[in-house]
Amino acid sequence: MTIRNDIPITEDLIAAHGLKPDEYQRILDLIGREPSFTELGIFSAMWNEHCSYKSSKKWLRTLPTEGPRVIQGPGENAGVVDIGDGQAVVFKMESHNHPSYIEPYQGAATGVGGILRDVFTMGARPIAAMNALRFGEPDHPKTRHLVSGVVSGVGGYGNSFGVPTVGGEVQFDARYNGNILVNAFAAGLADANAIFYSRAEGVGLPVVYLGAKTGRDGVGGATMASAEFDDSIDEKRPTVQVGDPFTEKCLLEACLELMASGAVIAIQDMGAAGLTCSAVEMGAKGDLGIRLDLDKVPVREERMSAYEMMLSESQERMLMVLRPEKEEEAKGIFRKWGLDFAVVGETTDDLRFRVFHQGEEVADLPIKKLGDEAPEYDRPWTEPEAPAPLADVPAMDVADALPKLVGSPNLSSRRWVWEQYDTLIQGNSLQIPGGDAGVVRVEDHATKALAFSSDVNPRYCEADPYQGGKQAVAECWRNLTATGALPLAATDNLNFGNPERPQIMGQFVRAVQGIGEACRALDFPIVSGNVSLYNETNGQGILPTPTIAGVGLIDDWARMARIGFAAEGEAIVLVGAPARWGTHLGQSAYMRELFGRNDGPPPPVDLAHERKAGDFVRALIRDGLATACHDLSDGGLAVALAEMAMAAGIGATVNRPDGADPAATFFGEDQGRYLVTLSRADVERFLEEIAPGSGVSAVWIGTTGGPSLKLGEARAISVAELKAAHEGWFAGFMGN
Amino acid sequence: MKSVVVLLPGLNRDRDMIAALTKIGGRPPATAWQTDTEIPDADLIVIPGGFSFGDYLRCGAIAARMPVMRAVAKKAEKGVKVIGVCNGFQILLEAGLLPGALMRNASLRFVCREVKLEVANADTAFTRSYAKGQIIRCPVAHHDGNYFADEETLARIEGEGQVVFRYAEGTNPNGSINDIAGIVNARGNVLGLMPHPENLIEAAHGGTDGRPLFESVLGAAA
Repeated sequence: MTIRNDIPITEDLIAAHGLKPDEYQRILDLIGREPSFTELGIFSAMWNEHCSYKSSKKWLRTLPTEGPRVIQGPGENAGVVDIGDGQAVVFKMESHNHPSYIEPYQGAATGVGGILRDVFTMGARPIAAMNALRFGEPDHPKTRHLVSGVVSGVGGYGNSFGVPTVGGEVQFDARYNGNILVNAFAAGLADANAIFYSRAEGVGLPVVYLGAKTGRDGVGGATMASAEFDDSIDEKRPTVQVGDPFTEKCLLEACLELMASGAVIAIQDMGAAGLTCSAVEMGAKGDLGIRLDLDKVPVREERMSAYEMMLSESQERMLMVLRPEKEEEAKGIFRKWGLDFAVVGETTDDLRFRVFHQGEEVADLPIKKLGDEAPEYDRPWTEPEAPAPLADVPAMDVADALPKLVGSPNLSSRRWVWEQYDTLIQGNSLQIPGGDAGVVRVEDHATKALAFSSDVNPRYCEADPYQGGKQAVAECWRNLTATGALPLAATDNLNFGNPERPQIMGQFVRAVQGIGEACRALDFPIVSGNVSLYNETNGQGILPTPTIAGVGLIDDWARMARIGFAAEGEAIVLVGAPARWGTHLGQSAYMRELFGRNDGPPPPVDLAHERKAGDFVRALIRDGLATACHDLSDGGLAVALAEMAMAAGIGATVNRPDGADPAATFFGEDQGRYLVTLSRADVERFLEEIAPGSGVSAVWIGTTGGPSLKLGEARAISVAELKAAHEGWFAGFMGN
Repeated sequence: MKSVVVLLPGLNRDRDMIAALTKIGGRPPATAWQTDTEIPDADLIVIPGGFSFGDYLRCGAIAARMPVMRAVAKKAEKGVKVIGVCNGFQILLEAGLLPGALMRNASLRFVCREVKLEVANADTAFTRSYAKGQIIRCPVAHHDGNYFADEETLARIEGEGQVVFRYAEGTNPNGSINDIAGIVNARGNVLGLMPHPENLIEAAHGGTDGRPLFESVLGAAA
């Protein structure tokens, strides 16, 4: 069925496009007439929350986005950061939440595909991927199905495309029962002087369509992703796109070949809102008009209307402006890779976005205003309520608690997940999932490597969005630091509920403020990102989840640190901790996983301390003094020690400060702490000469060795027992 | 010593393989594209891993019918050594250059992890730098590595020493019959294996157990 372009624009039709009455009035004022059906579709694509950031823009502007190494901040397909030697790392994180809930395999797969395309559109070859996944409670009837589908979708796309997945997160919480989160990260490597942008230049130049053919899949996807879910969600399945990693791999090779040929003036991938967004962006950024002839668009279905072509979210497509004299050469490259190549339009000097289909002009809109005049809201927000203090803390024997914690749904090993991802392809993976950060060496460089980590604690954010936002940045920065990397920059993926509700908007505002403050204090600018709002089902919002994914630079990977104890008989030193080692149990894994409680404030983050402790630890690693390193996070000191022991198969004996509460000492989640191990030969010199001048506390708390972990007075727990609990949960949960 | 790497769209461990051959052999291999009907003169042809043509049909089935594979078969007939790794192994089976088939992993899931391999036959051009019975480390990364052959074929390849690598110490990741990880043809000049020795050849990989395979074949032909 084809809907005619001149059908009457009714109130119902406007509402079905996710446009509010005042937004429609804005369209009428802008163009001085009623829009055609195709034009209405174009406005809905450009002005939905997903593409326009209309609720979030005001706050995103407050984030620090610049730094001495930043080549390109937010606003392009991905951020670009200088890593020296004429090279740059190009990266971004993006959500594919709504589609993944509706159709987990394809939703997750195309999420991975989209983010990879963002990276190679800029001229970078993807070298690493991560995925931050959040599911409902394990017992929810849909959870297993969603985990299975999402994980195989992530793997199915990334493995076939050929990028190593080196990190990520998987968490369970009932608050994601009706609305899972799939946040996909990709990073690529490019020459710093050969980055490609979306800004078109030059009048009368060919606008070229490349890649896969256009179908009806994903029509209206971005509009769907900007709405809440209700019980009719299954009807939305046709708005989910279908991924083809094989075509994407060919597209990557063809694009890189084409870029090297010097033919490309501007390039933009067709992601959300497909042809519409990409064409408007290229024209508007270059102060040019664009004229499209839809009869030339390669299609895979018959009788597609202009409306469908403009809104299709078919995957693996690109739009480029090419140097006309290189057109034949470009065509040859695409033919070699079996991809479509079609001149579908040209750049003009009239600043109009004009679209023709079967001899009819179906759209004629002011190109700059389509983007620039998108509505922007200063949505009302309320200050989040301060969390009540933590009431009583129940006691549990440390040796009873620890195996339960490391075997709990949220702290157990994610091996079942990441063994379905190719973590080794490209032959540069130095650290795969299971440590603090994924590490990939820079190909063809003798010593350089990049570290990647993705972090957020949504329970902290729910209790106190401001502290939670700070903590997400600090933890990411800390995870990179714990490998010896210097954190360079980050990308944010801000997942929240309905911004039209003041308390949700309050979570968003305060979390962004916390993120901004932490990024400034840690010199960790946000260079790209994505906002996903309306993550609600039947009025129940998700936990506020501002995922932070960071990139760090290791100068010499021969001296990077890993989490596993390096040898028996080494000194274990706790860095950056208060006098009693651990004190803070509000919102801790101890309270949540063992007693089902989510009360109290999250641990406060002292950014000055964070910075001092991190810089100190990084120097220890870079000087070759630290033989292993791990940051302390969920589950505190005991879980960190257990993870170091399990990674090495070496136990440890650790003391306890006199008179301290064992739960707080071993399970407290105070921030800014690290564990490092030192060889016995170095420890006296370290404690007497190096640590005292640093302004950071450093306490020798125990010694590695033996087959078990002995914490304070608690009985020794064998590392094998811990490992069985840690490794067993996920596979058991998935039934194999 | 000259080597050639076969390139087909969708293969993605080609760069890993080229790096390994360059680092161990001392010079970069030549390449042959899917549509080439001739392969440059060489002592070794390698078909790397990946997802040729997306593996949307049976793994390796389309690749095996591309012109370049007819050229590979001609070279193999002349005695040129051929290695197929992972998707390359699947392609060699589909091309009829090796016996048997690779089915979906028993777990029905993609698996990427390190396994142990036993060198079941050290008396081949590809394994002479190992010792028979030696246990080596090696990563796998595949969705369809579950080797199968009918009884008669299995008896023959076992009897003739054509099984070259076996998954050892209970590390069979895919359900392969007789723990088979790699086989050679009857003549001994074509090797197919699921694991990725090219990803374990230098310190950065955390080990070098994959190196002797390349040293065997590159040295033998030098």
